[in-house]
Amino acid sequence: MKEDYLVLNSIVKRFGKSGKQVTAVNDVSISVKEGELVTLLGPSGCGKTTTLRMIAGFEDPDKGDILIDGVKINNIPPNQRPTSLVFQNYALFPHMTVWENISYGLKINHVAGREVKERTESIIQMIGLNGMEDRSPAQLSGGQQQRVSLARSLVMEPKVLLMDEPLSNLDAKLRVSMRLEIRKIQQRVGITSVYVTHDQEEAMTLSDRVVIMNQGKVQQVGIPEDIYAHPINLFVADFIGKANFLRGKIVKVYSSKVDVELFGKILNIPIPFKHWEFHTGAPVIVVIRPEGTDVVQAERGDFNGTVRETVYLGSKIIYYVEIKGELVTAEISNPEESLRFKAGDMVGVNFKKQSLHILPVED
Amino acid sequence: MAGGTVRLKTSLKEFRKLWKEPFLIIAVAVIFYFLIVFVLFPLFQVFKTSFIVKKELSFANYAVVFSKVYYYQPFLNSILLGLSTASAGTLMGYAFAFAITRTPLKFKKFFRLIATFPIISPPFVVALAAVLLFGRSGTLAPYITRIIGAYSIYGYGGLVLVETIAYGPTAFLVLYGVLGAIDPALEEASMDLGASRWKVFITVTLPLSIPGIASAWLLVFIQSMADFGNPMVLSGNFRVLSVQAFLQITGMYDLSRGSTLAILLLLPTITAFFIQRYWVSRKSYVTVTGKPTSATIKRVEWYIKLPVYFFVFTITLLIFLLYGTVVYGSFQTLWGVNPALTIKNYVETFQVGKNYIIDSLLLSTIATPLTGILGMFIAFLIIRKRFFGRAFIEISSMLTFAVPGTVVGIGYILAFNQRSVVFPFMLSGTAWIIILLLIFRNMPVGIRSGIAALQQIDPSIEEASTDLGAGTGTTFRKITLPMIAPAFFSGLVYSFVKAMTAISAIIFVVSGRWNLITVAILGFVDNSQYAQAAAMSIILIVIVLAALGVIQLAVNRVGKGVRASGLIGT
Repeated sequence: MKEDYLVLNSIVKRFGKSGKQVTAVNDVSISVKEGELVTLLGPSGCGKTTTLRMIAGFEDPDKGDILIDGVKINNIPPNQRPTSLVFQNYALFPHMTVWENISYGLKINHVAGREVKERTESIIQMIGLNGMEDRSPAQLSGGQQQRVSLARSLVMEPKVLLMDEPLSNLDAKLRVSMRLEIRKIQQRVGITSVYVTHDQEEAMTLSDRVVIMNQGKVQQVGIPEDIYAHPINLFVADFIGKANFLRGKIVKVYSSKVDVELFGKILNIPIPFKHWEFHTGAPVIVVIRPEGTDVVQAERGDFNGTVRETVYLGSKIIYYVEIKGELVTAEISNPEESLRFKAGDMVGVNFKKQSLHILPVED
Repeated sequence: MAGGTVRLKTSLKEFRKLWKEPFLIIAVAVIFYFLIVFVLFPLFQVFKTSFIVKKELSFANYAVVFSKVYYYQPFLNSILLGLSTASAGTLMGYAFAFAITRTPLKFKKFFRLIATFPIISPPFVVALAAVLLFGRSGTLAPYITRIIGAYSIYGYGGLVLVETIAYGPTAFLVLYGVLGAIDPALEEASMDLGASRWKVFITVTLPLSIPGIASAWLLVFIQSMADFGNPMVLSGNFRVLSVQAFLQITGMYDLSRGSTLAILLLLPTITAFFIQRYWVSRKSYVTVTGKPTSATIKRVEWYIKLPVYFFVFTITLLIFLLYGTVVYGSFQTLWGVNPALTIKNYVETFQVGKNYIIDSLLLSTIATPLTGILGMFIAFLIIRKRFFGRAFIEISSMLTFAVPGTVVGIGYILAFNQRSVVFPFMLSGTAWIIILLLIFRNMPVGIRSGIAALQQIDPSIEEASTDLGAGTGTTFRKITLPMIAPAFFSGLVYSFVKAMTAISAIIFVVSGRWNLITVAILGFVDNSQYAQAAAMSIILIVIVLAALGVIQLAVNRVGKGVRASGLIGT
């Protein structure tokens, strides 16, 4: 397993005529290990698709280098790059059958007839499309089209597989089963992959590592658990899952922890990143996930508040509790096993210690 | 059996539903009657007349036509001309469409304008320009003679040249739509899988555009077969059917044999039309939505660019040369003899032709809105209503598109120069025969764009109107019409342009009292008054452009952000 198998080095891409230029990708550097699946995750317009298309060769970076296995590929046209792209709308050739679609790339690359047959057959086997070889794309369901599209790319045995929101055209249930399947196939083949999506749940379940992007810049790179527990800034914290952002004040700084005053009480919270510096008296944002918040009987918790609204969702119940003028969202799973409150009730609120996180106040 | 009963039951149900809407039933009845009288009846008359010799049923006409070279040669010539023009025109259209949608060509809007400009001028203006440039006393004739030796612009070669310029734009519009509608991701996918640009073109772009190519080819074939103005000016000894049928009737006063030639002209065009409409268009992989996607493959190899650009530049130059010559010629004292510049041609043309201009404008202005509204309403009935005879309305209203003008013109004089059971008024010599002919000839395009627009509007929007208490008429006026306004205006633009530039059918129904510009231009050409013909052509083009401007203003006031000129593709 090589480290730095696919490397993007300070990539910049601008669109539009000079004067009205928009910077779509702004100094993006990413490194992907061999066999790893990395997801580019971000809201629409964050530059994730443009980044993917630069790896595929359909856009040229204005600055920076792209390397695969140590070789710079900037000047290699897309048809000669060792990458293969799965398109968002599948882009299956409507005038060709499933078999012709999948074997297209092999034939274009002058692979010998027998090998074309063997490779196409085995990929059809793997992807579970047996018996559909002679159908045209129009005779396939969305999920089947998706499989053909994936097979068409995989059969090329590219060094890097690129996927551009491949599941966004499928219905919700199919999306869930397909993403598990994509992950299984990816791991079985062991192919280095870059996956673009705006769906955080999809990114979380699929990826070895996630790259969060916003406004053309990389915000945070890491394994899903780390990003969820320790978002690096407000954008990431807000984009990944739900969170309460509460204003507190640093009252004391230790080597790896700080004391934060929140609603008149002192909380002891670890400093999430070593290089961050905090100063006594400075304001700070306390991040607490709704599921890290517990609602108990009045006077039994660390903080006292009033329930303003409750939403019952079956598997969980959501309380909006007002504490000293601020609204805190709390999510309680298995509501049947705990006490139930209604709007207007006085309650106590506890924050689970291990889920407390702090962020510096951004300007 | 069961199927039959079910069908009968649904028919009855449809009928009962219809019965509850008296407005609809009256409208359908009126449209039925109009289509029978102004589309089918004239065609039937041509057919009938071709079988009647000296008041008796006879196949004599057909026997003569198929045995004498004098008659069947024009048929073969017309077919040959159609095949050649269709091929050359489609090539021209594809080159322009490819250059605009698939290459980094600069000034794309300019080239799109060039590729569609011949549509708004009367087609035979190109023939006039060819005569001015390459004719016996043409400007370029001496130089060309020096290079290729003796030649004549009159005949097959000249006709292919001018018809390609005149009808290539039709192919361009079809192919521009098709190439623009091919998902660029398909070409990217092909390239991503290792195909070079040439391979992308051969394995993806070309196969996907083949139904479009076939459509364009057949449409140009129909137009070339039906062309009257260009061969009238340029055919020389290369006799074609449309002109021969006209001469047979106006020169020999032989309506019967003229009708026979018209039927010969009708058969290939109508065959081509049905192939295009009911076979080729179903094979299509792309739906042309009118929203062109921009291709993203920006780098194109020189071996693709070079020939395409060369072809496009050459044709552009030729179009400029041809129209420029008409402008230049319109200011010359006497073409080929006295090149001193003057405006006397315009003065004279206005004096002599004032009435032609007024008639053309008046009749076109009356016919255009009627064509537009009727077209939209028929489209609405076809798409949104279920009633007995719907297929009949669809096919017969589209039919005139495939029928050469010459056939229609002959049909109209046969049908309306006397009272008949079908239509108890005599129309010959009146303005009405011209107006009606313009309406029913130009309606198909309006209907088609209306159908295309309606198919994209969710029927539930109209159902909501009905649910809130509006009848079919009100729903159409208040809901449907505003939503299909772009298609409506494009229908208006098309029918106005066609009304102003029509010649092949109109030439049969004009009279001393009502005459039109195009007929006057052809008259000037006939008398070798080329400078006056040129001046009149320029006036006509200016009027059409001005009208496009006026319709654009109207569209702006409606405020739908539609470009009227964009509606015909420029």
